[in-house]
Amino acid sequence: MSNIPDITVQNLGKTYEVPQREPGLGAAIKSLVSRTTRDVEAVKNISFDVAPGEIVGFLGPNGAGKTTTLKMLSGLLHPTAGEISVIGHTPYARHKDFLNRITLVMGQRNQLMWDIPVADSFERNRAIYRISHDEYKKTLDELSTLLDLSDLLSKPVRNLSLGERMKCEIAAALLHRPQVLFLDEPTIGLDVTMQRRIRAFLGEYNRRHSATVLLTSHYMADVEALCKRVIIIHHGELLFDGDLNALIERFSPHKTIVVDLETERADLSSYGEVITAEGNSVTLRVPKTKTADVTGKLLANLPVIDLTVEDPPIEEVIEQVFSN
Amino acid sequence: MKHYTATYWAFFKTSLLEQFQYRVAMAIWMIGRILEPIIYLTVWTTVAHARGGSVGSYSPADFAAYYIVLMLVNQFTFSWIMHTYDFRIRQGELSNFLLKPIHPIHADIAENIAYKVMTAVIIFPTAILLYFLFEPNLAFHIQTFAVFLLALGIAFLMRFFIEWTLALVAFWTTRNEAINQMYFTLGLFLSGRIAPIDLLPGAIQTLADALPFRWAIAFPVELMLGRLSQEQILNGFTMQAVWLLAGFLLIQLTWRSGVKKYSAVGS
Repeated sequence: MSNIPDITVQNLGKTYEVPQREPGLGAAIKSLVSRTTRDVEAVKNISFDVAPGEIVGFLGPNGAGKTTTLKMLSGLLHPTAGEISVIGHTPYARHKDFLNRITLVMGQRNQLMWDIPVADSFERNRAIYRISHDEYKKTLDELSTLLDLSDLLSKPVRNLSLGERMKCEIAAALLHRPQVLFLDEPTIGLDVTMQRRIRAFLGEYNRRHSATVLLTSHYMADVEALCKRVIIIHHGELLFDGDLNALIERFSPHKTIVVDLETERADLSSYGEVITAEGNSVTLRVPKTKTADVTGKLLANLPVIDLTVEDPPIEEVIEQVFSN
Repeated sequence: MKHYTATYWAFFKTSLLEQFQYRVAMAIWMIGRILEPIIYLTVWTTVAHARGGSVGSYSPADFAAYYIVLMLVNQFTFSWIMHTYDFRIRQGELSNFLLKPIHPIHADIAENIAYKVMTAVIIFPTAILLYFLFEPNLAFHIQTFAVFLLALGIAFLMRFFIEWTLALVAFWTTRNEAINQMYFTLGLFLSGRIAPIDLLPGAIQTLADALPFRWAIAFPVELMLGRLSQEQILNGFTMQAVWLLAGFLLIQLTWRSGVKKYSAVGS
């Protein structure tokens, strides 16, 4: 791995000009003469680097500016402020060398042709990216194995299920072996098994080809499985950039203690906030600083069979981040 | 060049496959395109008979030749791109094209050619049938035919460039149909589809000379019919070249600023 980042983003901003109009006929007529617009800042002053081979989770609630940022990084949108460099290119210049080495997968968009077999759409991409037949065969074999595509290739896209189609979309987007992958909700709408499959595939692809991946997802399982590092944006601003563990450390002031008792549950509310109490098992939430203290007291005062201290689920942490 | 051939071949094959799925719709569209010249041919033949055998320099057999060749020329040069582009832009489908390291016009040209190849199995038998029904005054000279093919090829490209430019207007207006309708109506009159241009009033002929429509359709037709002098042929090719170049430059201009607008606003 070189020291030069694959992606460099400096003070990136994107402001959309949105036409604005009051409801009603009068306002409609007025708008013919004077159009009023309002500036919406979708992305504000964001900076980060991504090293070659790194997988970074790009998180934020709906409307945070994730897709806008990914579109700027892949060259579809022109930034209104700041600088972007991806593998040495300015994305919006859409240089052929740049386009040959990146890919953008959007979970809700498709590039495969609807009416023709998947393999024929792939063949189209092969020609566009000038992939040699040998190279193409090798890549297709690899993708087919990893994603289990062999039965799907001869089917028209319209006959595929959502999950099957997504697998094919991802394969189509990777036929040219891009070095940088921008993935916008690649697992959206898929069932748990399919999500896991795609997740495992992305991890494997990253390991095999040292690809750089920037991924957005609303499924924390995706993020936990794939990303050591996360970048969180909210209302277009960067809130956090760092290790997933550090995020939990920093934003979760609580720990969760699960105790299994010998006897029927006692009232443990004096030890901490009781989240659940089922049979002999009680889950408590306690301030992080008091964890050792409470654990000691529980062990000393109660007939404890088992006790575990856990970080709260990542969803909860993220929620915490956004509510701040 | 070799690369482009390979890419075009891949585009061509996939487009053919895709269009094959819609063969019934295709046949219905074709009926419309075949009926139009037959209707005008019938009207003008009736007028010619009523006028004692001809209108201007056109006898019924001349009209038959004119409209059979016109049907072929229109079939091989028309495009439908301007009716689909606003959908591409509004639905954000264009993003897929922008992410690919190749100009999207190539896929559109290949798709058009695939369609023309596919519909050739309808249009040629129709032309032959019409030949026997209407007994046109049409002599075949290999030299004329060769020059005609050249004019037809340029007509295809210049029409494609101009109509692709019109399609790109969708970057600025969300509804393209008004402009398309105007283009269609102007073309109907000024390309020689409703009537051979030399039958139209002088002022309209002057207008037709200045606009591209005539050079895309009437010119190759009249050329094939042997109705043009050498000077007129030369002039026709000059006008074709001018419009081909204009179309090419217009595409560069509109595409660049259109993409700039698209990437400012997003989809």
